[in-house]
Amino acid sequence: MSAPARQLELGRIGEIVRRPDGIPKTTGEFAYASDLQAAGMLWGHTVRSPYAHARVLSVDIGEALRMPGVHAVLTHDDVPGEKLYGLEFPDQPVLAVDRVRYFGEAVALVAAEHPEQARRAAEKIVVEYEPLEQVRIHLAGVGDAFGGREDLSMQIHGALLALHASRPVKMVYNREESFIGHVHRHPARIWAEHRATREGKLVAVRMRILLDGGAYASSSTAVTSNAASFACGPYDVPNALIESTCVYTNNPPCGAMRGFGAVQTCFAAEAQMDKLAAELGIDPVELRLRNALAPGHVLPTGQRIEGSLPVADVIRRAAELEPPPAEELPRDPLRLPGGAGNTTRGEGIRRGVGFAVGFKNLCYSEGFDDYCAARVKLLEDGSAEVHCAAAEVGQGVAGVILQVARTELGIDDVRLAPHTTATVDSAGSASASRMTMMASGAVRDACRAALEERELRGGEVDIERIYRHPRTSPLDPQTGQITGERAHVAFAACAMRVVAEVDLELGLTRVVWIGAAQDVGKALNPQAVEGQIEGGTAQGLGLALMEEIQTRDGLITNASFTDYLIPTALDMPPVESVLIEDPEPDAAYGAKGVGEPPTVVSTAAILSALRDATGLELNRVPVRPDDVVGL
Amino acid sequence: MDVLTPSTLDEALRLKAEVPAARPIQGGTDVMVELNFDRARPPALLNLNEVRELRGWSRENGTLRLGSGLTYTEAMAGPLAEAFPALAEASRTVGSPQIRNRGTIGGNLGTASPAGDALPPLLVRGAEVELASVRGARTLLLTEFLVGPKRNALEPDELVTAVRVPAGPGSETFMKVGPRNAMVIAVVSLALRVDGDELLASYGSAGPVTGLVRAPLSERAGFPEQVAAAASPIDDVRGTSAYRRHALRVLTTRALDRCLA
Repeated sequence: MSAPARQLELGRIGEIVRRPDGIPKTTGEFAYASDLQAAGMLWGHTVRSPYAHARVLSVDIGEALRMPGVHAVLTHDDVPGEKLYGLEFPDQPVLAVDRVRYFGEAVALVAAEHPEQARRAAEKIVVEYEPLEQVRIHLAGVGDAFGGREDLSMQIHGALLALHASRPVKMVYNREESFIGHVHRHPARIWAEHRATREGKLVAVRMRILLDGGAYASSSTAVTSNAASFACGPYDVPNALIESTCVYTNNPPCGAMRGFGAVQTCFAAEAQMDKLAAELGIDPVELRLRNALAPGHVLPTGQRIEGSLPVADVIRRAAELEPPPAEELPRDPLRLPGGAGNTTRGEGIRRGVGFAVGFKNLCYSEGFDDYCAARVKLLEDGSAEVHCAAAEVGQGVAGVILQVARTELGIDDVRLAPHTTATVDSAGSASASRMTMMASGAVRDACRAALEERELRGGEVDIERIYRHPRTSPLDPQTGQITGERAHVAFAACAMRVVAEVDLELGLTRVVWIGAAQDVGKALNPQAVEGQIEGGTAQGLGLALMEEIQTRDGLITNASFTDYLIPTALDMPPVESVLIEDPEPDAAYGAKGVGEPPTVVSTAAILSALRDATGLELNRVPVRPDDVVGL
Repeated sequence: MDVLTPSTLDEALRLKAEVPAARPIQGGTDVMVELNFDRARPPALLNLNEVRELRGWSRENGTLRLGSGLTYTEAMAGPLAEAFPALAEASRTVGSPQIRNRGTIGGNLGTASPAGDALPPLLVRGAEVELASVRGARTLLLTEFLVGPKRNALEPDELVTAVRVPAGPGSETFMKVGPRNAMVIAVVSLALRVDGDELLASYGSAGPVTGLVRAPLSERAGFPEQVAAAASPIDDVRGTSAYRRHALRVLTTRALDRCLA
């Protein structure tokens, strides 16, 4: 990457721009929402169900109301408007009415002067439950910011408490409550059958996908449909029969999570492609190249690929990345499977190399079309002010907005006003790999309109523009086929080559190296794109090796970062990234969303490497040590 | 909740006698988690961070005396790591660097969790625990001190002041299995020591208390099986009983190879 000539803070499109939040976040000085304070502020607390499924016979708040410092105790009776909400169907009560359907469902709310007072008062609320038998699904031959910001958790609750108490109310979920109160990725079970000619050309794919949606729908129907849309992987498949089903259970609710259904199916489809390659005696990369999806091909939904989708190039460039040579023994145990645990000095270690490719839609799909607004003010002093409500959730969109404005206006002195819909229309959600695509379009259009306006009339200019992506329409609910020109706006692909080492006797792993090639359209800020690739890869690595919400009878048994493990710096290997710039014709600057594709692919690619090292099928993630040692 | 901060051991023992329910706190890596999760609300905390007598370590008449305020970071490096290598290896597996800077050996003894990483290395050295109260001092073998899962032999007015192990020669190692490569609670752990012609192994997270297994060196071949058989692991959220037993066999085999190489 060539170094930009200008200051790192003032970059234009395509240059590396230093993030203003980077240093404060690293040093711990960044103010997160949980650091908010307001004069006269109360603390909100949620009372949750101890049962996965029960009838609520009565809720007695009398004693709680008399506790010191308490200003409000609310139940469903206090919800003034609609008592149900939901992203797609309003099926979830703001506060449980006569029944709870999952462990930790919100039943009542308390606001008090001190968080401890709120907790103490919450303990005095007497809820009488009649536990009910849970619906259990027995499988008999039938077949989840990072998305979490799409869903509601404490928003309605906090608003209710504030409304009732006429005071600001602060609610903070601790780690355990976050596991309970936020949606998760859908657990999935997938059956797949792939057919191909002896020359390695895919003929047909049949897949049954069963997803556990938990107690409420949230975005389950969209995730279920997306899983089907991307079930075959980025391949030209002439015949496909995909059945994707989501069921309600009394398990924790699931919703949007980075990858949105495509993670689960990529894991299955890529395992199948490796099996197929072995069966046919064809190199796995070659088999993928022979079937690579390209513009002009038609997806199983009937949608013709019209924009950019350089799958073959992505596969080729990832396959060309050279992994580092095997490290000599003896080594520092930190560089062996088991890491700090000092479990091996080389005994039992086998190296494996894996490969996977995957793709996913960008922006909202299937008729859920949305927009993003931006407002630009050109001031007398030659500076500019940009308003855009795009939520900066760590992905770096605030920096991208300024890059776009500096590029379009040709000036350095651009300020981004506080993110709010008070001064500009909505920007939509920071999800679906859409925010950078939508915000850069809106800011570009507003900047260009502002320059035109100044050209015409002179003086200070203040102008707002709405940006929309190409229109989509729903899939036919019976046939799964498109009902208009397209169900998805655009696509992005990513391929990874992975080297892993496995301790075959203890079932412990170390991912050594990952080479990634990603179809990014245009890298607006190459360093930020690489950051997204690395972060997305780490999330997929977590799913491959350790991240799992464990439940027993619907109760979460590992709701802490002690027992729900996420990768540390010792688990995450160096990632070598190649950015493939094949511009998306309908997107501003040709840029594609970049956040999800690496998560879609890395789980599948790591599993491919583990299979190579162990010779095992490994058809479940996360891979447990027991699975490797055969227990 | 009161926080009592004595500056001498005598003062600490007096306060503990006056308020026996006061919870001793050193690094706080266990105690603060319990408080933050609202699992315990002791009437008072006995903050031992200012008590100099509990800090550091010394060599006395052929023994190593480790103060209960010895941190894992201190145990990981320098002459102590050379004198007690298995404890250094175990200390390197504890939490993150921040946790190792705060967490102490005394905390592992006070909490008495079967997953305490310092316990297996101490057990294979035949460690003795020094306890003190206003009534006087006493010494217990670590095997007598650990009486059950998260239960120890401390009287309500007593504090752990130090742990002593023989400084003698011998070959030893510590290994810990976790599903990620750092910052894990042991799924299962093992310390092994070859002391002359005796084999000593101690396993963690594979029974209600950290267990100790001994055999003559001549029984080396059957030792991995003996260790696995001695353990009484359970299935829990971190791992299965079958895997823990399996891993103990593998770890004991590897540890013997290391220590007898």
